[in-house]
Amino acid sequence: MDSFHKEDLFRLNGKPLASIVSAGLSKFGKHEGLYAREIFTLAFKEALDRCPRLDPKRDIKAVFIGHMGESYEHQGHTGSAVADWVGLLGAPATRMEAACASSGAALRSGLYAVLSGLADVVLVGGVEKMTHRGTSEVTEYLAMASDFPFEQWNGITFPGLFAMMATAHMHEYGTTETQMAMIAVKNHHNGSLNPKAQVRKEITVQNVLSSRVIAWPLKLYDCSLITDGASCIVLTRPELASRFTDNPVHIIGSGQASDTVGLYERRSLTSVHSAQTAAKAAYAMAGLGPEDVDVAEVHDCFTIAEIIAYEDLGFCGPGEGGKLIEEGETCLTGRLPVNPSGGLKAKGHPVGATGTAQAYEIYLQLTGQAEARQVKGAVIGLTHNLGGSGATAAVHIYRSATA
Amino acid sequence: MNGEETFTIESFYKFVAERKIMAARCTRCGRLHLPPRPLCDNCYSTSFEWIELSRKGKLVAFTVIHIAPSQFQHMVPYAVGIVQLQNGLRLPGIISGVSTDKLRIGLEVTFDFQACNGKETWPKWPRYCFKPA
Repeated sequence: MDSFHKEDLFRLNGKPLASIVSAGLSKFGKHEGLYAREIFTLAFKEALDRCPRLDPKRDIKAVFIGHMGESYEHQGHTGSAVADWVGLLGAPATRMEAACASSGAALRSGLYAVLSGLADVVLVGGVEKMTHRGTSEVTEYLAMASDFPFEQWNGITFPGLFAMMATAHMHEYGTTETQMAMIAVKNHHNGSLNPKAQVRKEITVQNVLSSRVIAWPLKLYDCSLITDGASCIVLTRPELASRFTDNPVHIIGSGQASDTVGLYERRSLTSVHSAQTAAKAAYAMAGLGPEDVDVAEVHDCFTIAEIIAYEDLGFCGPGEGGKLIEEGETCLTGRLPVNPSGGLKAKGHPVGATGTAQAYEIYLQLTGQAEARQVKGAVIGLTHNLGGSGATAAVHIYRSATA
Repeated sequence: MNGEETFTIESFYKFVAERKIMAARCTRCGRLHLPPRPLCDNCYSTSFEWIELSRKGKLVAFTVIHIAPSQFQHMVPYAVGIVQLQNGLRLPGIISGVSTDKLRIGLEVTFDFQACNGKETWPKWPRYCFKPA
């Protein structure tokens, strides 16, 4: 039988797949008294203000909204609820759920819509409202994205899953708690420069190492935050981008992959196979390699996850992630700045909003609007969004239009 | 088990109640499934046979959980791990009867069917756990 790999038709070598013409982000943190759909309006309004030539009711033909948990607000069906609150009733609106990669998957779906020709302009975003719940409840809701019959049933939490990846990584490669702590220190420094970050406080390696244990070896400051927030981008066909803005950001590579929901069923505990697969697809589509990336936003739900992301994305070899952070290569002034926004660690992690919040940061970086945390001369950006312990991964590669 | 053989998670736990750890082997392609599943993801066969696994395994990853979901909060801190069984199969679970400073990758463990039973109303599954061999 002939094999037919449609993605092979998308070897674009830098040609745009679709273009981001605007983006918005709510402040990340605690939005007391605001319901998820209301928080989303904050992100949407910023996207409108950034793009005066966009007439949303006329132009936006479909809505894809990442939203992980109906438990937080006892509210599912978020696609239509959000569409209503941003004045787009009538447009096809769908909630996308892929755990913490919900809006990374929504972005991929937005690309499907634009590339199919069914919708010329789409709103892609995500939202989560979490802070009104206690830590035990949030821990339980997040755990729903892991395997119920063997992981949740045995009291294994999300920090627990990443902690097991950490012990395996420490055992196999000698990665240390101090190296993990350095990820947190870097991302808190970056977050201190981001006015929308939940935590804008510098921390030290000692702060991380002496913080309370959540799931050994992960301590409080190794873990991302419980956050309310929303994010969105407006996507269109590249040839239509100039109608809306003189300064679009092009998406030039996209990869998404699945793996077993249970961590215990994976071939490796020290790497995330879905992320490697998604990265390979995205790099191939873009005709680029890891050495071409100027700035990246990666899924640092836990510090060990950023170290493993470096390896899965090819920023260094397997087992060398700890050394990469130790040598300062990924700090804001390093060779390849990672998580200039502060990442999930300091900017915050409203799970459904995270994927497009990463795209928002890259949009700012590649249009020179990232202010104090601007990576100078950044042309190629990358986002890496994980769902669960890696059952979903979405990787996207972006190029500045002005370069 | 009564009635027609089913290759499901439910049937895995019925065997756990009998203190057995059972995997399923696809009779067409030979792939081993743990947990058992009704459709072979490799060859799409629906025909399987049960394989009883040895109760011995080795820790390949572990952690000690201090912040737990509500229903486990009374147990903290507790150790969990992923255990490598025979034929490359793995299961995760709680590790009981070990002080946390003795935990290490490579530790030999065995199934314990006693210590970890819960009071959940759904599902009505027994809970296996691990203890040092």
